[in-house]
Amino acid sequence: MTPILQTEKLSHVYSAGTPFEHRALVDVDLCAYPGEYLGIIGHTGSGKSTLIQHLNGLLKPTSGRVLVEGKDIWASKEATRQARFRVGLVFQYPEYQLFEETVYKDISFGPKNMGLDEAEIDRRVRESAAFVGLPDSVLEQSPFELSGGQKRRVAIAGVIAMEPAVLILDEPTAGLDPVGVEQILSNIHDYHTAKNATIIVVSHSMEEMARTAHRLVVINDGRIPFDGAPREVFAHGEELESMGLGVPRMTRVFHRLKALGAGVDPSVYTVAQAKEAILAALKAKGTSSDEGGAV
Amino acid sequence: MALKDITLGQYFPGKTLLHRLDPRTKILLLVFYIVALFMAKNALGYGLLALTLVGAVLVSRVGFKAVLRGMKPVFFIVVFTAVLNLLYTPGQGEPLIAFWVIKIYWEGIRTAFFMVLRIMLLISCTFLLTYTTSPILLTDALEDLLGLLKKLRLPVHELAMMMSIALRFIPTLIEETDKIMSAQKARGADFETGNLLHRAQALIPLLVPLFISAFRRADELAVAMECRCYHGGEGRTRMRQLKYAGRDYIALLLGLALCVAVWCSNLLGVF
Repeated sequence: MTPILQTEKLSHVYSAGTPFEHRALVDVDLCAYPGEYLGIIGHTGSGKSTLIQHLNGLLKPTSGRVLVEGKDIWASKEATRQARFRVGLVFQYPEYQLFEETVYKDISFGPKNMGLDEAEIDRRVRESAAFVGLPDSVLEQSPFELSGGQKRRVAIAGVIAMEPAVLILDEPTAGLDPVGVEQILSNIHDYHTAKNATIIVVSHSMEEMARTAHRLVVINDGRIPFDGAPREVFAHGEELESMGLGVPRMTRVFHRLKALGAGVDPSVYTVAQAKEAILAALKAKGTSSDEGGAV
Repeated sequence: MALKDITLGQYFPGKTLLHRLDPRTKILLLVFYIVALFMAKNALGYGLLALTLVGAVLVSRVGFKAVLRGMKPVFFIVVFTAVLNLLYTPGQGEPLIAFWVIKIYWEGIRTAFFMVLRIMLLISCTFLLTYTTSPILLTDALEDLLGLLKKLRLPVHELAMMMSIALRFIPTLIEETDKIMSAQKARGADFETGNLLHRAQALIPLLVPLFISAFRRADELAVAMECRCYHGGEGRTRMRQLKYAGRDYIALLLGLALCVAVWCSNLLGVF
């Protein structure tokens, strides 16, 4: 399968030539495939925010290339502009970017910039509002009257309304209560399945990542040390912890159980998998103790 | 150029002699320097002042590049001043160039050159102060130096506090602007093309969120200050006391000496 989004030897240096010079990205090769749900994890200052701002042409690489659907996004001004519409980026705390008088107008900002006609804009605004579960009555309200969670959903709808093929979200659940977190995650999931869009989520919640992502990319000091299925990545528990990251609580519990001599598979990372693993272990134990009893 | 690269009032941490001088000394030296700059009338005076600045930059180790970068925003003013002086300075004798309505005299070239030099030195020395002094020390020093005005019932402490808060929030607001700008660009906003009206309209999605967040920050700061019982300068003590050292007296004497030297060089009338 050809990747929809790809970086080749991407490097970025901040404030080159001053005492504050900082190499944020070093020769990063990253691929995202159509329909994939990709997780990027890394601690604060690891370069993950710098990386995602390259993916839709907000930052220009110091060296290396970014390809969207096989085309270099810095080839021409128009290519950069198109890349911004093909790759939607939702920043951290996106609710602080709302500015319009009504929710409807704010969501339509993106589609309007794309130069779509009124009918198409209207369709997209209503559809994306529905994706994030905003009722029609909210559309005519001022975005500043809404609750924090609702504001964030308006902001996400504003990006979804551009119907990007790749949707990138930077810490979309930061600072929300558990109900808000679930809502946002299911909104993203709905968009993912309905449009078969590629989703890239940046987070440092291992639990959330373990539950949602198909593939995980770990970023540390501007490089990618691990890239693979969650099960493979979480197998590197110690290395992850030395990078200031962790593994999901379930994985840690099962590693300890294994160390204590329990016959469980330590590569689990969700509660559902944990249940399976414990049942399997009990079953195995049950048969062996039954045999013991028989002797 | 990213907004982050703006050097306005940026502090380059260091431990050089210029960094260690008392901030009050540095402000006074800046005043001396500016006075001397406006007294200078000939090449000798300007030469002395330029040499002093070069020496100070070398001592501070911030590098000439950083000082020159500070000049960028005023480039237009410098060029404008130079052109005006060049064209509108009347001179005696024949004009060097006479073309249509343009008449350039020898005096014009001289005034333009010195004017440009004066602006550049003025800006460089101010930048050198902010490059080598942290904003907090700077406002502490200002509050101390303006202490006399307190007797005239001027709210010096409040002014200094406002200034330090303003300085403190410049980088934060720049960062915020950068962030909101990126977020709106990600939604296809275009800040760079179009006519003046179009560009002014394009600023609305940037300014509205920026103002809202500035008010929110101000509110939060006020609450945080009240939580720590801030009630103005009355009876307030400091962790860091400013104290003049021997080097400060020497530096001030040298500053005075520079003023005198420039004044004397005027009398010599070289060039």
